[in-house]
Amino acid sequence: MPDQSETEVLLAARDWKAAGHRVALATVVKTWGSSPRPAGSHLAVRDDGFFVGSVSGGCVESRVVEEALAVMQTGAPKLLEFGVSNDEAWEVGLACGGRVEIFVEALE
Amino acid sequence: MKTDILDRVIEHVEAKRPIVLATDLGSGEQRLLRPGEGADESERATVQTALRLDKAITADTDEEPRTFYQPFNPPLRMVLVGAVHIAQPLSVMATLAGYEVTIIDPRSAFAASERFPGVELSLAWPDEALESLGLDARSAVVTLTHDPKLDDPALQVALRSDAFFIGCLGSAKTHAARLRRLAKEGFSETELQRLHGPVGLPIGSRSPAEIAVSVLAQITETLRRPAS
Repeated sequence: MPDQSETEVLLAARDWKAAGHRVALATVVKTWGSSPRPAGSHLAVRDDGFFVGSVSGGCVESRVVEEALAVMQTGAPKLLEFGVSNDEAWEVGLACGGRVEIFVEALE
Repeated sequence: MKTDILDRVIEHVEAKRPIVLATDLGSGEQRLLRPGEGADESERATVQTALRLDKAITADTDEEPRTFYQPFNPPLRMVLVGAVHIAQPLSVMATLAGYEVTIIDPRSAFAASERFPGVELSLAWPDEALESLGLDARSAVVTLTHDPKLDDPALQVALRSDAFFIGCLGSAKTHAARLRRLAKEGFSETELQRLHGPVGLPIGSRSPAEIAVSVLAQITETLRRPAS
């Protein structure tokens, strides 16, 4: 089993959905280099922007939440990639020099 | 993700049954695979590896779209034999690290719930208690009593199980005596090499809490770097 907090993220996603919210789940699917959270780490996002869990050390969460809100609208899953080697590095990159791929899907 | 898939994942986690969630990273389509299941030989192997290493895997092929395999294993368990002082900080730290902790001690003055709020306590004899817990490859056992009458029967059960970690508190001298006693019970040298004794990484610990840190660090290393 993933550690307890991972299960808590999934439970939160289920409970929000049951309470009538729109919900999206972001999952780290691949990492390169020294990324802070291993593959399988989850972030659950609610339609009001509230979230639990983490997919990085806090470096890319705000962008992932934005994307998650968009995925809730379209219903189409999305694969995101973050690294340091882009112009936005100072804004949404990983300061540790790692690279991470994150799958975002709506809970239907 | 379909709500129904999420419900089934949670159901398996709560029932402590291993399962792998396979996600097609193109379409988002998902399947739940039990140990031994998979579309073909290579997928069955990937499912096994993900569960054994407790590690999510994205199949490294040129095929697009790729598939992501996420294992959900039963929880880690730590069984402490001896409700002694060190068991107090160790049970708290182990719980924080995600272990379900059970403390076994037939001496009721030690295994008092006031001393271990919120921790599962067993007053049974250690070998019987361990037999009934059913140790598996996600279990760690640490003996803490220094008393061969309590520690040795527990170690005999642990050595016959798949427990990923077996540790014994005590000096190098008492550990040598312990190994001699267990060898007389018929355990081979190879089998006895599974014992970590004296348990804990050598970080100069003095207080019970510091010793608990060294024990949890060694268990973590054994879990996460099984080759070392």
